[in-house]
Amino acid sequence: MGAVTLTAVLAQAAATVMAVLVAPLLLGWVNQCRAWLQNRSGPGILRPYRQIRKLFHKDAVIASNASPLFRLVPYVEFASMALAAAIIPTLWTGLPFAIAADTIALVGLFAMARLFLALAAMDIGTAFGSIGARREMLIGFLAEPALLMVFFTTSLIARSTSLPTIADGFAHQPFALFPSLAFASVAFVMVLLAENTRIPVDNPATHLELTMIHEATVLEYSARHLALIDWSAALKLFNYVCIGLALFLPWGLAESPANPAGLLLAAPALVLKLAVAGAGLALIETLNAKMRLFRAPEFLATAFLLAMLGLLVRLLLGS
Amino acid sequence: MTGTHTELLGAVAIGGGWLAIGVLGLLRSHSTGWVGRALFPFGSLLGIALAAVGIIALAHGVETLILPIGLPELPFHLRLDALSAVFLVLLGATAAGVSIFAAGYFRPGEGTAPGLLGLQYHVFLASMLFVVLADDALSFMMAWESMALSSYFLVTSQHRLPEIRKAGYLYLLIAHLGAAAIVLSFGVMQGGSWQFTFEALRAAQLTPAWASMVFFLALFGFGAKAGIVPLHVWLPEAHPAAPSPVSALMSGVMLEIAVYGLLRVNLDLLQVQVWWWGLVTLGLGLLTALYGVLFAAVQTDMKRLLAYSSIENIGIIFIGLGLTLIFRSFHMPAFAALALAATLYHCLNHAFAKSLLFLGTGSVLHATGERNLGRLGGLIHRMPWVAWLALVGTLAIAGIPPFNGFVSEWLLLQSFLFTPFIPREFVNMLLPLGASGLTLAAALAAYLMVKFYGIVFLGQPREAKLAQSHDCGRLERLGLLWLASACVLLGIFPAQTLALIGQVGEELLGATTAPPLWHGLLFAPISPERAAYSPALFLLGIAVFVGLTMLIVRIAYHGRIRRAAPWVCGGFPLTPRMQDTSEGFSQPIRQIFEPFFRMRRELPSPFDAAPHYRVQIEDRIWHWLYVPVVVSVQWIARAAGMIQRGRISTYLLYSFVTLLVLLIWVL
Repeated sequence: MGAVTLTAVLAQAAATVMAVLVAPLLLGWVNQCRAWLQNRSGPGILRPYRQIRKLFHKDAVIASNASPLFRLVPYVEFASMALAAAIIPTLWTGLPFAIAADTIALVGLFAMARLFLALAAMDIGTAFGSIGARREMLIGFLAEPALLMVFFTTSLIARSTSLPTIADGFAHQPFALFPSLAFASVAFVMVLLAENTRIPVDNPATHLELTMIHEATVLEYSARHLALIDWSAALKLFNYVCIGLALFLPWGLAESPANPAGLLLAAPALVLKLAVAGAGLALIETLNAKMRLFRAPEFLATAFLLAMLGLLVRLLLGS
Repeated sequence: MTGTHTELLGAVAIGGGWLAIGVLGLLRSHSTGWVGRALFPFGSLLGIALAAVGIIALAHGVETLILPIGLPELPFHLRLDALSAVFLVLLGATAAGVSIFAAGYFRPGEGTAPGLLGLQYHVFLASMLFVVLADDALSFMMAWESMALSSYFLVTSQHRLPEIRKAGYLYLLIAHLGAAAIVLSFGVMQGGSWQFTFEALRAAQLTPAWASMVFFLALFGFGAKAGIVPLHVWLPEAHPAAPSPVSALMSGVMLEIAVYGLLRVNLDLLQVQVWWWGLVTLGLGLLTALYGVLFAAVQTDMKRLLAYSSIENIGIIFIGLGLTLIFRSFHMPAFAALALAATLYHCLNHAFAKSLLFLGTGSVLHATGERNLGRLGGLIHRMPWVAWLALVGTLAIAGIPPFNGFVSEWLLLQSFLFTPFIPREFVNMLLPLGASGLTLAAALAAYLMVKFYGIVFLGQPREAKLAQSHDCGRLERLGLLWLASACVLLGIFPAQTLALIGQVGEELLGATTAPPLWHGLLFAPISPERAAYSPALFLLGIAVFVGLTMLIVRIAYHGRIRRAAPWVCGGFPLTPRMQDTSEGFSQPIRQIFEPFFRMRRELPSPFDAAPHYRVQIEDRIWHWLYVPVVVSVQWIARAAGMIQRGRISTYLLYSFVTLLVLLIWVL
């Protein structure tokens, strides 16, 4: 836990704003890598920013029977992802705002975002909206326990459920290999793919009614509302990757922003790790094909079992 | 023993007040105005007073009182300690909301006359109050039985419908099996002293074998009332059958009163501890939670859906109780206090959130006349008050931060994180895996609540008549608002709530959770390094980000909005039949968890002119457990019928043979 000083709070606010601004870049990078791997020239890594800017300039068109809930949800989505960015350590672990939510509450925060999106999808009463809501919640109720079990394993090792404390413990203790973390990390990557509508589970690039999950829920949104939802989806990917980095590759994280030498190391380390993680995601998405919707429960059940296995390894072997 | 009995006397007076209100209702028993508009609001005020008495009593010590009524030589013993006080708060605060709602809810010409209904309703409230205060087995059982009987009459208030009579019968039957088990457990607990005051039961010396007998009898008795699997079958029948305010009280309060009974027996009366009791409770809790939520997800009747969701929540409460018992038996009082706090917190959460939702369904039922999810929809436009307040209950039951349901789940998961420290091999390895069952149940609850809310309040109206539905009246709004604010307050101020209910741990376990930090903004029941959660900060964060985003978007761009008809792939207009039905929404659950359900499907053939799809889902336990019991009882009855010939000469022969056998026996 970081000391609560004005500088710490300001530094964290700055870091959160940075995370929000940088997030679409990661998405652009993943898409660009994917294009390269598929022998396409690709849209460039700034494409998500151009998309968001274009959408903000348009007039919002809303269904005539939309309720106020429908208009509120994009803001709630964006706010919840921004709040998540404020409690996930990216450059340093001394985050004064992290006391607002530990890892369990972080899972709750993601659940909240998902639930509101599903409700908004059902608000208009179109066929795709409710199918999307049902599929989104299906992925959610399978992925959420797996994610919690991953956090359980790390919390048992670090004896804390606070994400910065866990990352701090892993980053600054003598190097030790935890076999349980190997299981947990595989489970986490699987959850990441499912929760961020990446390829084996969902394809962010199509609007094919038989397969789409996330896109079906946001079909009725346009203009600034869609821009916010797209942006929060990019931020969600960024958050998930940063959680993964904090849990499984925490090396290079500084302890507090007061130490410029630590930051000088942490910033390039973060860029490098994000670049590698993004390229890895693109590789996974290129090597796999999208699976049928009802294979998704098997995929996520595997993730859940791997996470449980990690927990069991931790409990049985103490490692 | 303190000299004053102010709080206890106050609680007794409130119980008496409720009974008096019930009797006054008989004066003009056919006047909805007199009973509803005049008496029910007064009962609601008494509820608020009771909650206040409970909160004051939590800060003070134990009070006891002997009421010189009842049987000769057997006066009523009453006692008010921290455990009772928490449940008094639960009862009072929930009853306050439900009563004020009921004041506007009951309409002329529905079922039982309002005066009689008011009597049953207030006897129900008062008997729950006395269950919580009772300090000897006799008065406990009297209060318990009047609770069962008054609620039976409330369930069957529309007794002209045969299925409601059937539901009432099933409820009465299982309630009495449970009551018999509770009586037996008190009988074993006295351990040969034949003294039935709780004071004497605490002092009784029991061997672990007899104590286990008490544990199982109590688990059966109170579990039947709480609706744990496999004794839950009455619950989804009886709760929806009652009028909505009564459903709210039964789900929100009566189930928790059963949990109170179990807490009282296990943590207070029984001095012997056997470690595997906790495992049994925990296992039953996990089973109940998962079973309840799976069945809730496939229901198509909104009140049945909520009833199954109550079963799930009772399961979660039992998980907490199981953890408390396990930690206690291994002498880890601090962790036991944490798990107990989670249990009590979830009792409070469920009481407020579930009664809120049941009342909401009552308003929907009155406005539309429909309970079937497949005929509702789009009510957020017609009934904004009910819809937005029900959203609070929905989020609370779904366990979404910063609402109250999340707090108790957070506490439970934190307690699970301490199970590896239990000094017993294998138990400490297997128990943490139980957390996965809890997380699965919680995640499924979110699915279920999206289904409930999305189908009832969002989308387009599925029936033309829904366009005429109207929002609820002023008194009903007040009741919903009261319960919704309780949900929000419990969600945002967990540290303060825990400081109050932590008294129970102090009293029964000798340990409590850590005090609140930072003027109560930070919630860290163990230590802030270990785990911290600050719902106030969380809510503030969300609100600030929402406000900032809105402001920036408006300033940097524009706020122009155009309304248009939604695009439905061109040509034809949008119709309500394009939306998911409730069956459709639960289709993934049915597919993934198919082995759990007993399903009968009728699928249309490709050539049907008017295709019909029908699916009927039944409880497997009904067929595995109850049907064999019914069949064997009927078989025994038929076998016994063989000797009943209905002719006097045969019966004389029986008497003669019996006398002969007895004579030979004596000789």
